[in-house]
Amino acid sequence: MSQRLAPESVPLPRTGRWRSAGLALPLLLFIGAAFLAPLASMLTRSVYDPRVADALPQTLERLGEWDGSGLPGEAVYEAAAREILSARGERTLGQVASSVNRIRSGLRSVLTRSGRKLRGAPDGPKRDFLIGLDPAWGEAETWHAIRSAGERVTFRHYLNALDLDRRPGGQVVRQPEERRIYLPLLWRTLVVSLGITGLCLLLGYPIAYLMANSPPRRANWLLLLVLVPFWTSLLVRTTSWIVLLQTQGVVNDLGVALGLLAEDGRIAMIYNMTGTFVAMTHVLLPFMVLPLYSVMRGIPPVHMSAAASLGASPLRAWRRVYWPQTLPGVGAGSLLVFILAIGYYITPALVGGRTGQLISNMIAYHMQTSLNWGLAAALGGVLLVCVTALYLLYDRLVGIERMRLG
Amino acid sequence: MDSDADTHVEFERVHKSYDGRSWVVENLDLSVRRGEFLTLLGPSGSGKTTCLMMLAGFEPPSSGSIRIDGRSVHTLPARKRGIGMVFQNYALFPHMTVGDNLAFPLEARGLDREQRRERVERALRLVRLEGLAQRRPGQLSGGQQQRVAIARALVFEPELVLMDEPLGALDRRLREEMQFEIRRIQRSLGVTVLYVTHDQQEAMAMSDRIAVFRGGRIEQIAEPEVLYEEPKRAFVARFIGENNRLRGRVRSREGDLCEVETGGEIVKALPVAECRPGSETTLVIRPERVNLAPRPGLFANEYEAQIEDIAFLGDHLRIRARLCGRSDFIIKIPNIVGHGAVLEGDRVRVGWPMTDCRALDPDPEEDAT
Repeated sequence: MSQRLAPESVPLPRTGRWRSAGLALPLLLFIGAAFLAPLASMLTRSVYDPRVADALPQTLERLGEWDGSGLPGEAVYEAAAREILSARGERTLGQVASSVNRIRSGLRSVLTRSGRKLRGAPDGPKRDFLIGLDPAWGEAETWHAIRSAGERVTFRHYLNALDLDRRPGGQVVRQPEERRIYLPLLWRTLVVSLGITGLCLLLGYPIAYLMANSPPRRANWLLLLVLVPFWTSLLVRTTSWIVLLQTQGVVNDLGVALGLLAEDGRIAMIYNMTGTFVAMTHVLLPFMVLPLYSVMRGIPPVHMSAAASLGASPLRAWRRVYWPQTLPGVGAGSLLVFILAIGYYITPALVGGRTGQLISNMIAYHMQTSLNWGLAAALGGVLLVCVTALYLLYDRLVGIERMRLG
Repeated sequence: MDSDADTHVEFERVHKSYDGRSWVVENLDLSVRRGEFLTLLGPSGSGKTTCLMMLAGFEPPSSGSIRIDGRSVHTLPARKRGIGMVFQNYALFPHMTVGDNLAFPLEARGLDREQRRERVERALRLVRLEGLAQRRPGQLSGGQQQRVAIARALVFEPELVLMDEPLGALDRRLREEMQFEIRRIQRSLGVTVLYVTHDQQEAMAMSDRIAVFRGGRIEQIAEPEVLYEEPKRAFVARFIGENNRLRGRVRSREGDLCEVETGGEIVKALPVAECRPGSETTLVIRPERVNLAPRPGLFANEYEAQIEDIAFLGDHLRIRARLCGRSDFIIKIPNIVGHGAVLEGDRVRVGWPMTDCRALDPDPEEDAT
């Protein structure tokens, strides 16, 4: 037998192998351009921001000699006045002002106004002139803010994203309770994602079981029912939920018509966490059902008969024989749903209202509205670390090679 | 309750239909003795597996009654019937070790750890798989998995064990080995076994009795020797061993002798079916009961045959002859004194005793010649 010729196992000649690898090249280039490069750029942006440093090089250099107590010397003021003016000329002053303002709010207007007023300023010591323009120039905190905004490589955004603050002395402290935003939001995102994953599992497991144990015709119909929402536009689906769940929506109307709800007792089921929960569970359900279905289809139904013939009650048979065999599917589905949920943006944005927002909505806010890309990138980085940690945890507990996606 | 103490399992007028139109099992009466190895033999779709499933409790009969130890089991769910079952593809739980597979029924019965360990060891010893308790089923060969499946069906010491084509997935050599093995275990434990197969050799090798199934009914139930020597139905004669089957018409019948016209010859045969003169019949003659060139007058049936083809098969010669209007009449000659007595194209006299030629019911699946 071992001498049988097996032409399919003859290795390709070297050039052939390269040529076939070449077929994968477009995909590799695409992944590089559309995924790896933006990811790298984002992660870079979260720790690297040269804009202030490039605009105010000498100011920052001289600030380096400042001991941090009292006010810096005239040389600093003089360089600052000169560089603020030239930044204004190069139209970079706005960015500088925003960066500094993020560290100490109120400084944006101080900087832009100073830029305006410094034009045609009299010769002579700039220190008194600037303090005269705005008393903020006479405060050490202003200069601390400029100095930290001027760091090219900084973990400021990450500290910010983790609700930490660095004191001028250098020690890192937690933000005061009322100013902690991101960690509670991250925590909420994790909890909500976990809840959605659990709900998907609870809803999807019986459906997948039914599908796997139906005759092919019915199984196909059920599969279609699962897939049709999957194929429908996300916006259409989300809008349907709004129609159904809003205060004047179908569900509430029905409740009132049936006398289950009072007219003034209509329940707010959308534009809050409930809306996010319901709509996201719906959107993500197929990602749970499909891996489960694929795994369950591989489990011979005769196993349950065998368990029964061996004296096991249905519950014991399920717990000891069926459930353990579906674990690869449960793991794959849960991981998939959880990872998708943790970074989900569009649904909470549409139906989450004020209380149903997740961390991604905050990232989007910083990308689009506050234009604090550094912080957005840092929040994204935190999210990435969370997902990677979960992935590794899963690998450690279940083994990633046991995962079955479909 | 008219069953005597020796009866273990009884089917009485059991019917089963899945679609409400056709019977899968029709009016089945069957009683299994305690400690007996009974095989349900038949082609696929003949209802034998359905019988097993009804007895195990996976399928309810449409009507009729099934009794174990004289008690009707209709209301008893499968898990409470205490029947050991070996499935076609073993149905071992792949995520559990062999030991855990065997311990599973014991666990369900609430045995403590020490008792479980001891019983599992004993069961593994019984099937000669000592020391494999920690393996997973996927790490075992087909034959070993088969042994584990048998051990699991026996480990909780049931009095009744059902086996549904358990050797179907094994190769021929292993299958023969396992046939002896299953027989040895069954005898040593004294359990009643109901065994389903479509392989007649397997059935012959293992069974105390064989029930031949066809179309949801039992054609004949008897010991293997009786089935072979005295088939009562043409289907049984066709299914068990090899037979020359000659379709013919009864000319006359007198007590234990009838004359049948087939292919222009008159054959004397033992009437098993009703055999009224003029009725159709199928004659069956075992190929090894046909003698070449017998002493004239020795046999009631003697004819001139033309040898068409001779195949040397080691222990016997297989001869295809033209005889009684058929060109595929098979004669087997044991290879005792060497061969060469006949050559292809020879015309020889052949003969067989009247009692080895049985006149049965006309086999509808037999092509009429």
